Amino acid sequence: MKNYFKNMKTITKVDYATYLGVIAAFVIVTLLQSAGMLTRSMTGMLVPICCYICMAVSLNLTVGILGELSLGHAGFMSVGAFSGVIVSMSLQSSVPNELVRLVLALVMGAILAAVVGFVVGIPVLRLRGDYLAIVTLAFGEIIKGIINCLLVGWDENGLHIALNIDGTKTMDSLHLGENSIQIIKGAQGAAGNHRIATFTAGFVLVMITLIIVLNLVRSRTGRAVMAIRDNRIAAESVGINVTKYKLIAFVTSAALAGASGALFGLNYSSVSADQFDFNTSILVLVYVVLGGLGNIWGSIIATVVLYVLPEALREFSDYRMLAYAVVLILVMLATNNECFKAALSRVIPKRRKGAAANG
Amino acid sequence: MEFLSYLITGISLGSIYAIIALGYTMVYGIAKMLNFAHGDVIMVGGYVAFYSMTYASGSLLGDSPSAVATGLSTLVCVLLAMAVCTVLGIVIEGLAYRPLREAGSLAVLITAIGVSYFLQNAAQLLFGANPKNFTPVISGQLTLFGGQLRISYVALLTVAACIVIMVCLTLFTSRSKMGKAMRACSEDKGAAQLMGIHVNRTISMTFAIGSALAAIAGVLLCSYSPVLLPTTGSMPGIKAFTAAVFGGIGSIPGAFLGGILLGIIESMAQAYISTQLSNAILFAVLIVVLLVKPSGLLGKYVPEKV
Repeated sequence: MKNYFKNMKTITKVDYATYLGVIAAFVIVTLLQSAGMLTRSMTGMLVPICCYICMAVSLNLTVGILGELSLGHAGFMSVGAFSGVIVSMSLQSSVPNELVRLVLALVMGAILAAVVGFVVGIPVLRLRGDYLAIVTLAFGEIIKGIINCLLVGWDENGLHIALNIDGTKTMDSLHLGENSIQIIKGAQGAAGNHRIATFTAGFVLVMITLIIVLNLVRSRTGRAVMAIRDNRIAAESVGINVTKYKLIAFVTSAALAGASGALFGLNYSSVSADQFDFNTSILVLVYVVLGGLGNIWGSIIATVVLYVLPEALREFSDYRMLAYAVVLILVMLATNNECFKAALSRVIPKRRKGAAANG
Repeated sequence: MEFLSYLITGISLGSIYAIIALGYTMVYGIAKMLNFAHGDVIMVGGYVAFYSMTYASGSLLGDSPSAVATGLSTLVCVLLAMAVCTVLGIVIEGLAYRPLREAGSLAVLITAIGVSYFLQNAAQLLFGANPKNFTPVISGQLTLFGGQLRISYVALLTVAACIVIMVCLTLFTSRSKMGKAMRACSEDKGAAQLMGIHVNRTISMTFAIGSALAAIAGVLLCSYSPVLLPTTGSMPGIKAFTAAVFGGIGSIPGAFLGGILLGIIESMAQAYISTQLSNAILFAVLIVVLLVKPSGLLGKYVPEKV
């Protein structure tokens, strides 16, 4: 047993440590929660933190591992959130068990987001650099615009869906029967949802995300993806199918974002499309870059710290977002400063070269 | 006639986008960075103009100022906004972007986002979150064809300003010494430095020009839709960035063309298809154009070297 750990590669050790760290954090938080040591606001942050961890880890797959800047990750989250809400609301009578409904909603969110990711990915991944970034940004805005026009209701005959293009339609145009549920009301979004998301579900989702992403990255596919990131032409010349591997990474990332979006949507009694705008995409991107590109556990820690930071700065009330911005700029300046780097390497003598910590 | 009035609205809105996009495209061309804080410089320009104009009309001009006095004071206020934004642009570049000159592009992007958050929240603290009612720089409208077509003077001023700026910038970059230095820097910084060009000063200059343009855009934008908020600049900023990419980022005529086209598309989509979906349509057109012509309408195709 001792030899087994000794002969393990450093990368594998880091992966196992990541799993263990997440499990330990979950156990500690659950214990604290059952001991009643968490305040209300902290308990309310648990599920969103899990969702944002999944978002950050999945975005890291696109930005860090695949090396393509995506500014529309919240679009996939939005697709997942609204499909999850639709599934959970319309199955209310046929599937009374909340857990089953939650799982179905997450799976549906992931599938739909993956489909959208595939449709978007085929044309988009042909573009490079900043052009890809602007198209993903555009895509996020398009999703937001479409969902803002979407009317969805449910009655005994099934789902009724309408697109409120000219602004004249209301929920009445769906002609819902009796015992109907109004699920998505255009720009108001979805309101009156059942909050079925739990912290345990969030933890399981984080673990599944980690298992998928870490295994993908350490596999043959992951190495192909990283080869494309490091040098696309060289990768192509050794016979790697660039489009295929780019799509694999992009669609996986979209599906995970969809699942976390579904969990996020089911954690609140109302969600609207404006919650998943450009700023949300940027927020997640900040988590990824500060955590270190390609560094999965870095993303997790950065997400937790940066999500909790504005809350912790609450005593400065008005100044907290200002302080957040200043912290963000200072961290970026410090981590890219040669003197600071040199000082850091003196403190931590044998600093392992990160997989892709060149951000 | 209806079509014509939508077209004119589109062109004047597009001119605002074009002025903002010029700032984006110049900064991108020379510093190879997406300056996400550009939209918030617009907002700062709007606030400076708002407060100075309120002050001028409140305590300097008296009860019934003459048209000349009002015009002059407005001009001074706009110049003041330009000056403040120019200084702001230089300070942002010097403090936040210059130390990251050698860093990866994502680090600069995140810093720019940080600056954008900073400006928005600082504006919220300084000026409050309540919307301010901006008085348009000129009021009134031109009536043509016996009242069938009305064009506001603001729209005319916007288009005129955009054309003047565009011509001046083209002349500046092609003729003046600083303009040539800018083009040299965007071509190859190292070689430019060897030729005796002060690269840092040139980049500062680019930020100064871009920010001054942003101030003009801010005043025009607030005259077009007279509600001023700390977040006023962000959506026009994103759209102008889109316009710059649309026309081919790094190219000055491209930014102009992209901005005007974007404005027309937005105005037409709002008028004939759907107000709610206008942004979605705008971005869909962008995606189609980029798929057909991946470097934008007037962008240079750069062959990939191994």
